[in-house]
Amino acid sequence: MIRIGIDVGGTNTDAVLMNGTQVMAGVKAATTADVMSGVVRALRAVLGAAGLQAEQVDVVMIGTTHFTNAVVQRRDLAPTAAVRLCLPATASLPPMVDWPEDLRDVIGHHWWLAHGGNEFDGRPISRLDPDELRRIAGEIRERGIRSVAITSVFSPVSTEFEREAGRIMAEALPEAHITLSSDIGRIGLLERENAAIMNACLRDLSREVVAAFRRALTDVGFTGRFYLTQNDGTLMDADFAEKFPVLTFASGPTNSMRGAAFLSGVRDAIVVDIGGTTSDVGSLQKGFPRQATVAVEVGGVRTNFRMPDVFSIGLGGGSLVVDGPDGVTVGPRSVGYRIVDEALVFGGQTLTASDIVVADGGAELGDRAKVAHLSRDLIRRARDRIASMLEDCVERARISAEPLPVIVVGGGSILVEGPIAGLDLIKPDHFAVANAVGAAIAQVSGEVDRVYALAEMTRDDALADAKAQATEAAIAAGALAGSVEIVDVEDVPLAYLPGNATRVRVKAVGDLHAG
Amino acid sequence: MKILRTVDVADLDDIAIGGAVLGTGGGGDPYIGKLMAQQAIRKHGPVTLVDMDELADDALVVPVCMMGAPTVMTEKLPQGDELMNAFTALEKRMGRRIDAVLCAEAGGVNSTTPFVVAAASGLPLVDGDGMGRAFPELQMVTFTLSGVSATPMVLCDDKGNSIVLDTVSNAWTERLARAATIEMGGSALLAFYPMSGRVAKEAVVRGTLSLCARVGRTLRRARSAHADPVAALVDLLGAQVLFHGRIADIERRTEGGFARGQATFRGVERDAGRSLRLEFQNEFLIAERDGEVLATTPDLIGVVEADSGAPVTTDSLKYGQRLVTLAWPCHPLWRTPEGIELVGPRYFRYDVDYRPLPAG
Repeated sequence: MIRIGIDVGGTNTDAVLMNGTQVMAGVKAATTADVMSGVVRALRAVLGAAGLQAEQVDVVMIGTTHFTNAVVQRRDLAPTAAVRLCLPATASLPPMVDWPEDLRDVIGHHWWLAHGGNEFDGRPISRLDPDELRRIAGEIRERGIRSVAITSVFSPVSTEFEREAGRIMAEALPEAHITLSSDIGRIGLLERENAAIMNACLRDLSREVVAAFRRALTDVGFTGRFYLTQNDGTLMDADFAEKFPVLTFASGPTNSMRGAAFLSGVRDAIVVDIGGTTSDVGSLQKGFPRQATVAVEVGGVRTNFRMPDVFSIGLGGGSLVVDGPDGVTVGPRSVGYRIVDEALVFGGQTLTASDIVVADGGAELGDRAKVAHLSRDLIRRARDRIASMLEDCVERARISAEPLPVIVVGGGSILVEGPIAGLDLIKPDHFAVANAVGAAIAQVSGEVDRVYALAEMTRDDALADAKAQATEAAIAAGALAGSVEIVDVEDVPLAYLPGNATRVRVKAVGDLHAG
Repeated sequence: MKILRTVDVADLDDIAIGGAVLGTGGGGDPYIGKLMAQQAIRKHGPVTLVDMDELADDALVVPVCMMGAPTVMTEKLPQGDELMNAFTALEKRMGRRIDAVLCAEAGGVNSTTPFVVAAASGLPLVDGDGMGRAFPELQMVTFTLSGVSATPMVLCDDKGNSIVLDTVSNAWTERLARAATIEMGGSALLAFYPMSGRVAKEAVVRGTLSLCARVGRTLRRARSAHADPVAALVDLLGAQVLFHGRIADIERRTEGGFARGQATFRGVERDAGRSLRLEFQNEFLIAERDGEVLATTPDLIGVVEADSGAPVTTDSLKYGQRLVTLAWPCHPLWRTPEGIELVGPRYFRYDVDYRPLPAG
């Protein structure tokens, strides 16, 4: 299978072309303001480098920060109606109660509380009232809103009310996009509702962007299937992505970590992605980034997305090196993309981390003669400082007592040479475009998160049921049936509840169906 | 009445963080309670916090709180009127006006719920609570030690149901209220332990709400000044640092309606080569280093992130986290034989005697 992986970042649009598990070519192009022409340019460049025609490519995978940026920058967001099935419960805190005011203003303050919702054990809080929902639909139509997010209390336990309300709304508002919270999030009403509302307000944009990606691909002569990558390192097909744009949040760091796993052949490791200004550090478990368990904010909104547990430190190839009275410091200030003008080796005036490495003979970059004057002592102390910064963050990201290797990727990887914190260092081929590789090799997944009453069934039966559901979900998402495996199982007993209520979370992933 | 301080919307952010610290791993996430309190203050105006001594001996003081499973509270939020319904129903039952609101549990979600009632009723909120921390059962309050009955008590749910309980003991109140809470969908809001100002002066753990605010403020300021938040916290609480470590193992199980379990830490830095075991039942209850018991309930055992000083709940413990375990002394009322019987290690079925931490 010939595939192309693309990662559209804030600065660079990277592309790789792979034949099976071989990387044939990798390129970096500047991200353009319209995004699309940058994608077209990267596509043409990578096809040229590999000496292939677009029609020889089977599949294209795209990772994009477009939707995250739209929320962060409050642009291109559609007015959205938030409908919660809950009454009489939850009225104390209406939808969007904890949102930043400017974001709430952009999508309007349109929310309704309706009857419905479930208790923790599946009992209804109240019955769904179709007339009430039709009346709300009428008001939504009058306000000219075409994006609707429906959230029912405990919908991860029982999705029926959301589905029924969705049908009623779709019937009354045939033009509208409807997002159901149980398709997106987990237990935690406000966070799941937030995710559903953000998804709904991105639906107009997602239709445009997906159509534009499609046009860009047609432009270069590609006629096959294409996918977008999700924050958990798996794929969604273009139609699904159009419906669930919110699932692309944080796919960038995920792709670079997955790419690092693939390029190195290591499935359990710590990954350090060193850029020009910052380094992202996270850990891989079974080839996937470990996910955050605490609420993650996106654009000031609290969510419980499946996001990688990644943190950043201010160390990159362009980090400023300053020798002060308290010793030498590296970063967090950086010359960033201006490194090609401002670093000493490029004839500039600023001492950067890259200059130190070149002076030390660690890399060939620019003109080494321009850093020949640096003292051995300063070089040693700066390198020690860089090493200790990396050591700290690797220790912090370490998730196991086992001696895991450290994989280093990204354009700033020249900063690292030997082992970090006593752990083996791996710098794979094509490390600079690991994120695009991550997009190219993304798999498909299915996830289940629900509460089981273990008084009624054994824990083993509950886990088996959850695993079967997750597997089914993965196959429904496009996974090859035989390739699906369970990558994550977590069960947490719910305090105070009778009947041994236990929350079970299972994730299954598989290779993309080739047919 | 002299006002100790006025609590406004922004102050609740600090109080909720402090509430999570005093929650010692349990007590529920104060986030939902904070949002409710902030809404109430936006609608009705700020809350006035008063010292216990400002209350007349014949004043009627009533604590309020939320009861149930923390996980349910994150999903099925309250309807909004339950707390005031319980409060006014109890007032009616008592046949006289309530003079002040009291916090039952300064740790966890209930550090913020009393602000909802104080804002809506316009009554002063007493700076103190019935635990100085969080505990899982309703009778586990210093009020019980002072002989205050939990009943008459009113329990309200989101549907408008309310139950008035009159019981023979506070242990019975816990049993009956727990059963009702489960039927009500896993969470309920209540007004209970009506008491006189005279009794309250003896029974209340004083100053704990301002302590919550100070804890939140201290952590916030230490972070923005790039100082060490953990050191600042230790200083403020008079705490001992028990252990620097990473979680090497977590074991959880449900027993008798509790989330019981233990976390094992592998030592780092000054504790390299050693290991610490924490036993928890909703809250952290026992800390044992290399087989030696260092601290037990009712003294407070807290776990915070090494970098940020942010409190970590037993629910969110995960393998590999770099954490600092702290312990600090409980209120003297808990150190009496009656206090130990009510909330000591043996009540929680640990075969360990209470070993008081040296007072800070």
